[in-house]
Amino acid sequence: MRDLLLVLPLLIPLSTAVIGLLFWSRPHLQRALATVGAGLLLASGLGLLVSVRHGGIHTVQVGAWPAPFGITLAADLFSAIMVVLTGLIGLAAVLYSLGSMDAHRERFGYYPLVHILLLGVCGAFLTGDIFNLYVWFEVMLISSFVLMALGGERAQLEGAIKYVTLNLMSSALFLAAVGVLYGIAGTLNMADLSKTLRATPRPDLVLAPAMLLLVAFGIKAAIFPLFFWLPASYHTPPVAVSALFAGLLTKVGVYAMIRVFTLLFDHHAHSAHLIILVASGLTMVTGVLGAVAQNELRRILSFHIISQIGYMIMGLGLFTPISLAGSIFYIAHHIIVKTNLFLISGLVFQLQGSYQLKRLGGLYRKHPGLAALFLTPALSLAGMPPLSGFWAKLILVKAGLELQQYLIVAVSLMVSLLTLFSMLKIWNEAFWKAAPAEHSASLSRGTQLALFLPVLGLAAITLWIGLMPEPLFSLSEQAAQQLVDPTEYIRRTLGE
Amino acid sequence: MISLILSTATRYLLPLLLLFSVFVLLRGHNEPGGGFVGGLVASAALALYSIAYGVAAARRMLRIDPRALIGVGLLIAIGSGLLSMARGLPFLTGLWVERELPLLGKVGTPLLFDVGVFLVVIGVVLTIIFALSEE
Amino acid sequence: MDMVLAIVVGGLYAAGLYMMMRRSIVKLIIGLGLLSHASNLLIFTLGRLMRGRPPLIAPGAEALAEPYADPLPQALILTAIVIGFGVQAFAVVLIKRVYQIVGTDDLDQMKSTDEL
Repeated sequence: MRDLLLVLPLLIPLSTAVIGLLFWSRPHLQRALATVGAGLLLASGLGLLVSVRHGGIHTVQVGAWPAPFGITLAADLFSAIMVVLTGLIGLAAVLYSLGSMDAHRERFGYYPLVHILLLGVCGAFLTGDIFNLYVWFEVMLISSFVLMALGGERAQLEGAIKYVTLNLMSSALFLAAVGVLYGIAGTLNMADLSKTLRATPRPDLVLAPAMLLLVAFGIKAAIFPLFFWLPASYHTPPVAVSALFAGLLTKVGVYAMIRVFTLLFDHHAHSAHLIILVASGLTMVTGVLGAVAQNELRRILSFHIISQIGYMIMGLGLFTPISLAGSIFYIAHHIIVKTNLFLISGLVFQLQGSYQLKRLGGLYRKHPGLAALFLTPALSLAGMPPLSGFWAKLILVKAGLELQQYLIVAVSLMVSLLTLFSMLKIWNEAFWKAAPAEHSASLSRGTQLALFLPVLGLAAITLWIGLMPEPLFSLSEQAAQQLVDPTEYIRRTLGE
Repeated sequence: MISLILSTATRYLLPLLLLFSVFVLLRGHNEPGGGFVGGLVASAALALYSIAYGVAAARRMLRIDPRALIGVGLLIAIGSGLLSMARGLPFLTGLWVERELPLLGKVGTPLLFDVGVFLVVIGVVLTIIFALSEE
Repeated sequence: MDMVLAIVVGGLYAAGLYMMMRRSIVKLIIGLGLLSHASNLLIFTLGRLMRGRPPLIAPGAEALAEPYADPLPQALILTAIVIGFGVQAFAVVLIKRVYQIVGTDDLDQMKSTDEL
């Protein structure tokens, strides 16, 4: 039963995609399938989370090959939380697609591709083997490449070239790092690597793969100075795709970074943690400054992803149980909020026909409900109480103060202020000022339901986390505890 | 443009290559070969046919959409993994038929998985080749 | 032999990066291909080179006789090559589409998504 729970988050999206492939030319069936599949994925993720919380870390030795020789799937609390979030964002994006995706893209396998992407993401969260992690990364990347370019508009293709190039480079570096690790330790199972690296006679060599992985995952997570592909590409595909990417893809990079720097390199790479901390500060600042300079709704949001990544890896750079808990809390909060903001930018486009702040306006008067829906995630992103972002930042700031890292704390608070400024800029331009031109779009009831339901649901979750942060916080704290002290993870994975 | 030499040669080569691809697939468990290589041989055969007679003719001969082949192949591969879970063993554990079969030798779920890989490779390669040459 | 391969790996990385920094998208794809070859060869070299010692148990013996060539790096490389094959195929289709839509292979002219 526990085996099944661990395998289901992989089997559900895979089966959904496969059945979708068989019914290639039946869009109605594909829509229904994709929705059911995403719902089941969320349910299986929740099941896994509950089971891991009560029963400890789950592992499956695939094909009954004993670790460290075979491939191990392992789910600790951190993985389980990430799988739940994947299911949630997958469901939100698919629901939103039902109301917004054009027939052309649907005919070219949009829904199966989304599910292959979800498969890759879940696989990356659940694997306990570093080469297998590479394979899941590639599954995720290839499907994201196709989703990025699907439709073939000029901007999309130009964005896709940059996205594909930099991500493939990161894959090549990742692969090289795997090779070096295998050369040093002779194993690929992450738990076994952790043990072997701790006892290695040449600890100086370990820094090489650590740095290679830092750069490889840094590109995927879009940290400073490796983020240039993100603002060049994330605003080009349809909104549902942007939202899915914005919520999940960079966070897989952050997840991988947290995983390897807590499990593999916790003993050797103190300099790496310092580098991560410095990079986190610079990432926050450059991201938010980039956002302030932009005038296109989705580009502003894309730059904010970068600045928020800075907060997530700040927790890793500080490297205490409480700061890691802060990182995990921040990831959970950010995935929900950022996806929601992208979906709302799509709603704004549906209603006013533009993403340019200049051409928007008057939304508060005409759609007060949407305005309220925008303010919830926007203020949460800036860290206003009582929303989820406030608690996420509070934990990180507290962790920074405990370590007396005043500089990074000051930077993070400054960046919060600039984020608030940037969100208010969107509010003023798109919602508050008078509409520059009359643009009336009417949506059918069914479309409205599909578009507003995910936005409403995600906003409700943001509010709920904000008002009751305790459950998520204690969950993050336990997850961080498992990360800081990986003995249990190693024991379960190696089946000792 | 249809070349007489190529199209005549293809008529004889196609069945031979397809037969060879199945041979490579079945041989794969203990000797060099397997689903991936077999699939490549089979898709090379079909690609040859599409060069000789055109993509439309190749699609007609294949009858089934190559994308559906990917689906069927993946489904078989998933199924081969699930069989072991039904027996209470971890996902993808190999199960074997007790008796050796004539011609095939020892048969088990790994062979089923390989058949899945075989179909997926044909589907993927042909999807790419058809898409590239149809423009 | 290790030294020769190390130099080859370095040369491949250098050539790949050089190609990627050219302005033509075709050269970009070639560069990416070289980069992945370099990584594959790096894994191969780091997996310890061994000549004429296949990892096969001799007839009558119970276990492998040391030293033997490690088969795992080759399995990794095989997987990486297959993945690389898929990615490269996609990249070729992509640059073809880009060339058709944008009408140029010059990367410097593909900056509309970066303008304010």
